[in-house]
Amino acid sequence: MDMQVTDLAVARGGVTVLEGVAFTLSGGQVLVLRGPNGIGKTTLLRTLAGLQPAVAGRVVAGEVAYAGHADGVKAMLTVAENLGFWAAVNGVGGVEAALEAMNLGALRHRRGADGSAGQRRRLGLARLLVTGRKVWLLDEPTVSLDVASVALFGAVLRGHLGQGGAALIATHIDLGLPEARDLDLTPYKAVQPALDEVFG
Amino acid sequence: MIALLLRDLRLAMRAGGGFGLGLAFFLMVTVLVPLGVGPEFEVLRRIAPGILWVGALLACLLTLDRLFALDFEDGSLEVLATAPIPMEGVVAVKSLAHWVVTGLPLTLIAPGLGVLMSLAPEGYLWLVVALAVGTPALSVIGAFGAALTVGLKRGGLLLSLLVLPMYVPTLIFGTDVVTRGARGLDPGTPLLFLAGITLGAVALLPFAAAAAIRANLK
Repeated sequence: MDMQVTDLAVARGGVTVLEGVAFTLSGGQVLVLRGPNGIGKTTLLRTLAGLQPAVAGRVVAGEVAYAGHADGVKAMLTVAENLGFWAAVNGVGGVEAALEAMNLGALRHRRGADGSAGQRRRLGLARLLVTGRKVWLLDEPTVSLDVASVALFGAVLRGHLGQGGAALIATHIDLGLPEARDLDLTPYKAVQPALDEVFG
Repeated sequence: MIALLLRDLRLAMRAGGGFGLGLAFFLMVTVLVPLGVGPEFEVLRRIAPGILWVGALLACLLTLDRLFALDFEDGSLEVLATAPIPMEGVVAVKSLAHWVVTGLPLTLIAPGLGVLMSLAPEGYLWLVVALAVGTPALSVIGAFGAALTVGLKRGGLLLSLLVLPMYVPTLIFGTDVVTRGARGLDPGTPLLFLAGITLGAVALLPFAAAAAIRANLK
């Protein structure tokens, strides 16, 4: 079991948005978070990544790798330098393999600033490969990726799962992973107390 | 940690980095003050320690708002927060990088600018010693201020207001070291105070700054 979540409640801006969230995630599994905009997918992922505290509930998880909306790419460093930095921070190798896996080999000496949005996103996703962490938390990983790059990312994800990894993904598109399970967050939407209850 | 230090230094050297900004500001202040005040030898000699320290302090302040803001904007700070390095270590390393890029060059060129300010010959050694001992405190205190204001757009004004009062003790004792040294007096006591402030700031403030960053990332 790589991640077990029981009765979790998360808040955004001081307002509880989700409560009673429960799931388990084991090696080789993908869980796709579904739900309309504003339901709390990003908030849930950030809470699980440890970037913000949970309101209630329990999260049992090892160390996770988080990829949010921003790619963490330095504009003035080259693609290879960007990735090499994150590999060094995490104390793992595999920079070359990660570059090849996300089809960035030809861009290795280009500056981050010179990459397109899709290329920077590919670099942001390649960073996951040099974290050495089993559970990936991905927030809209396919934004600004073209069809070929989405397929490439699908292959990388499958490779990660094949090595016993797991992933929790918030996305609106079909990643082409037949083994993916969906977790619809709509039933967990927190009920906001009416104003007269608050002040009454 | 070393990777983070090297990355910050490399970024500072590249186009658009902060290297040279503080240095150029320091240079301008110390070149312009003698022109503005006039060439009276005695006046310049008396105000030299104060002007050199105020220049160094403002030069440090000038580059502070970039310390965490750039990493916050491109998402690196979030990723660093989930990386295996403790946030306290990130703050300490980034403060060190800031000092290497601003405080250290200021310390090294200060004697040359002391000539422009007609600093007394006995003061040069103490100027370098005082800046070497005092400027690390400027970087660490500044990192704390930058951490408090990291989530704010245009947080520079608030940052200056927060940080300047905390810079005052360093300024007073730093200037006193140089003034006493230049008059041939014993600068031991203010130097010990200066060192005490620096050591205290280096030991305590990374923890406060890390807590501030965690709160701002929520």
